[in-house]
Parts: sequence; C-alpha cells; structure tokens
Amino acid sequence: MAAATRTAAHAAMRGALPLGFTSTAVLLLGAVYCLFPVSWVLVAATKSKAELFSISAFAPGTGLLSNLADLAAYRDGVFWLWLLNTLLYAGGGALLSTVVSTVSGYTLAKYRFPGRNVIFNLLLGGILVPAVVLAIPQYLLFSTVGLADTYWSVLLPQILHPYGIYLARVYAGAAIPDTLLEAGRIDGAGHGTLLRKVALPLMLPGMVTIFLFQFVAIWNNFLLPYIMLGDDQKFPLTVGLYTLLAAGANQPSLYNLIITGALVSIIPLIALFLTMQRYWRTDLSSGAVKH
Amino acid sequence: MRASRVPYLFLAPAMALFTLFMALPIGYTIYLSLRGAKVSGLGLGKGARSEIFVGAANYTDALADGALWNGWLRVLAYGLLVLVVMLGLALLFALLLDTAHVRLARFSRISIFLPFAVPGVAATLMWGFLYLPSLSPIRAVLDVDLLGPTAVTFSMANIAVWGGVGFNMLVLYTALRAVPRAYYEAARIDGASEIQIALRIKIPILLPAIILTTVFSIIATVQVFTEPTALRPLTNTISSTWSPLMKVYRDAFVTGDLYSAAATSIIIAAISLVLSFGFLRVVRDRAFGEG
Repeated sequence: MAAATRTAAHAAMRGALPLGFTSTAVLLLGAVYCLFPVSWVLVAATKSKAELFSISAFAPGTGLLSNLADLAAYRDGVFWLWLLNTLLYAGGGALLSTVVSTVSGYTLAKYRFPGRNVIFNLLLGGILVPAVVLAIPQYLLFSTVGLADTYWSVLLPQILHPYGIYLARVYAGAAIPDTLLEAGRIDGAGHGTLLRKVALPLMLPGMVTIFLFQFVAIWNNFLLPYIMLGDDQKFPLTVGLYTLLAAGANQPSLYNLIITGALVSIIPLIALFLTMQRYWRTDLSSGAVKH
Repeated sequence: MRASRVPYLFLAPAMALFTLFMALPIGYTIYLSLRGAKVSGLGLGKGARSEIFVGAANYTDALADGALWNGWLRVLAYGLLVLVVMLGLALLFALLLDTAHVRLARFSRISIFLPFAVPGVAATLMWGFLYLPSLSPIRAVLDVDLLGPTAVTFSMANIAVWGGVGFNMLVLYTALRAVPRAYYEAARIDGASEIQIALRIKIPILLPAIILTTVFSIIATVQVFTEPTALRPLTNTISSTWSPLMKVYRDAFVTGDLYSAAATSIIIAAISLVLSFGFLRVVRDRAFGEG
C-alpha cells in the first residue's frame, strides 16, 4: 500500500490534478478502515492462548492449527454443523426466493391486468415492515402448527423478498423486449413457454444478483433464527457464534476459539463476494447491466 | 379468458407467502397488542389466567414506560450518528470514486464494500474484541474505555457505520454511473470545477438514491438489535433493554408479556413508517412515475 501511495503522490507531482491525489488518499483511508477489523481477526486467529495477550496486535502467532483443531473439536464439531445449517438456510432460501422474485417481477413488468399496481405496492410495502413486527408473531404462528424450532421456521419466512421482486420487475422491464414476447406469442408459445424460454434466460444475470443479495441477507440474519430456534443443532453460524460469545466472554481462555470461529464464519461469504464481483456491480436503480 | 388468469397464477406464490408470513403476522401482532392477561385468584392452576380485550392499555403503558423511553433516546442518539456519518461517508466515497484521476479505485471500492459480506454478529464480535481493554490495539493510541457508558454509543455506531457504508456507497455509485458523461462535459466547458460539478449536478441527480438509502437506513436503525445484543456479553454497560427492540424481545421471551411486546413492536413499526413515508413517496414518484 505504501508503494501505491507513492505512485499516487508521484502522479500528483507530475502535474495531474491534486484532486485526484486527495480522492485517492481519502478512498484508501476508507479502505484501511474497512479492512482493519478483518485483518485483525485474521492475525489474531493465528495466535496461541498465551500469544493473544502478550504479543503485539498485528504480529502473527503460531497457534492457527491448534485453534482450528480446538474449534473443530468444540462440542463434538457443532461448529461445522452450524456452517452446514447456514449453507442450507442461505442456499435453499435464496434459491426459492430468486425463483419467486423473478416470476413475480416478470409478471408485474410484462402483463397488464387489474390490480397490478395494488399487488406491486403491497409486495413492495413489505420493505417498510420492520422484521420485529413479523418475527415474534411468526414464531407464535409456527408454534401453533408445531413448526417452531424446525428448519422450516427459518427457511419459509425468508423466501418472500420485496427488494428482490422490485429488482426483478425493474430488470425484466429493461432486459426483455416486448417485441420478442410478441413474436413468441404469434408463433403460438404459451405463457409458461414464454416464461421459461424467453424471460428466464434473459433475466439470468439479474437472477444471480437477486440470489446473491438474498443469500447474504439470510446468511447474516440473526433475529429470526435467534427467535425461532432453541435446539443448537439447528443453529446457523450467527446464532452459534453469539452463544459461543455469551458462553466465553468471561473466560479469556475461550477467546481464541471465538476469534477463530469469527474468522471461519466470514471466509465463505468473503470468497463468494470476491468471486462474484461482476454481479454486485449490476445497476440497482435502473436494471441496466449492459454496460 | 384463460390468459387473463395467468398473471394471477404467476403471482400466486408471492401472494401466498405475503399472506402467510406478512399479512397474517401483522394482523396477529395488532390483535395481541389489544389483548391482555387476566389473572384470577393466585394465578395458579388451569384457567386461573385468561386472555381479555384491554383496548389501548398496552399502548398507554408502553408510552408511560420509562425504560422504553430511555431506549428511544439511546437509539435516537445512536441513529443520528449512524445516519449522518454512514450516509455522509457513503456519499463522499461514491463521489470520489466517480472523479477523474483516482488511483486504485477498484481496490478501494471492493475493500469498502467488503464489510457487507460480514454478518452483524461477526462484525460486532470483531469490533467488540478490538474495544476490549485487554486486547485492544486501539487503546494503545486512544486512552478511552470504548465500552464505557458514554463511549459505548459511539462504539456501537461505529460497528453499524462500518457494516453499512459500503452498501450505501455502491447504491449511490451505481446511480452516478448511469448519468451520461455529457452532463459534466457541458459544465466543464462552462468552467465549473470538479467540486462544483459534484455539488451542483451530481448531488441533485443522486437525490432519489440518497432518499432510498436514507429510508432503508432509518428502518434498520430504528430496530437495532443485533449489535447491542451481541456486544452485551463483553460489557455491563448495555442493559437488556438498551434498544426498544431488545425490550420487545425481553418482554416476549424472558418475562413472557406477549401483549406489551406486541404493542411495543407496533409502536416501533409506526415510528419507522412515519419517518420513512415522506421519503418513500418521493422515491416512488421519481422511480415509477412513468411505470
């Protein structure tokens, strides 16, 4: 990073706009701020119990493997179960959510029918409903039908995604030409065929974006599983990490375990995030992904 | 005739999910908020506790509840800090990314967006350890108890700013990218500086996106729960009713007063609706005016 700053400074001296140098510097400060806790946890996870409190914060230690072994052994490997559960909730939930959002968004963008705006506003209005108004009654309703503390109780409420429907509608409007649908109709294609053969292939990049947003939202959700689940065998990582913290906050000997757990739990999403860069860049406000 | 049924068929899954997991829970919460428990005799045995209609009593109780008011004041201070700093930084970063001659823009953009991939619990845990006197590298330069009564609001706001600045920056930046460059060329020919272009052209163009991000941020801030809950194990400064939503959780699941929990969550929802409704109207007019 020092080299990078030097190049920027060099460019500024050569007579490029001083604004470019200031902008670069401010943005790099922002980057350092955002990378700071992640890099700290990365280094801290390599330290042994003694090293965590003795050596300097950003000096790597020698305990990474034993920390990972401790984490794997914690309560017969419950941590890996949490990781699998999270994958199931986030993967399954995001997949279902993407299908529902895409079909709904396409219908709202490309069909004219009575009640279209009412339905859209109702569904979109869901964005404004705070999770709190939903989570507790959802728990009570799931209890009534005997489904509280099951995988379903975490999976089902997270399928409907107002923001996903909004994105899909905007995206369908921009990516599917009416003329193409019209041509398909003249060729005798039914509504199901138009959806499968014309709409879905064109909406694929938008679907990836919707999937990613919902995947991250479910992966990061804490309130809903925290309320729904009692059995720690069904916990996702967020709730598992919290119980780990609640159990170990007063015992500095458990800090290594918690820190290593935090590191392992953020690695999959960061990897997904970095490999899917292209789809995070899609235009959220206009649906145009063509540039 | 059959064709006219198709859009409703396509929208059926979304509407079913909406009914089950939104409309029904909202209705149930409103119903519960108007009910109360009546205890007869010593409250022991079957039938000693019954549910009755209590009208607005739960609401008047909630409005007279000192603990809740303290929670609102804390969240107000926290929320103002988060909204101003987070959205201010997001706007600044988005504008800087959009200026000419910025070096390493890709690196900065990805780094600043990275915390979006970190779950709130993990973020709180990482920052929590960084605040902890025995571990904190921050304490080496800043001699403040970051988990003390005054500082804890700032420390918590920092976690939310860290987690949210990247997403909001991305929304604003993608909106900026959609603006034809010719707009700025004309201003440059007229002799406008980059800063004038940012203030006079870019910010007004960004207004709908700024409003959108503000609405989302207000809704998220009013129902802050994850950060204070996950930070609690590390400090005695945060009470179990630090934020209004934490009190709802305590009422519902610890003290078992579902009725007051329901009333309080309706109040939280009403406040976020009132705060964001004005914003949303403008967004809708701008974004869907033609649709």
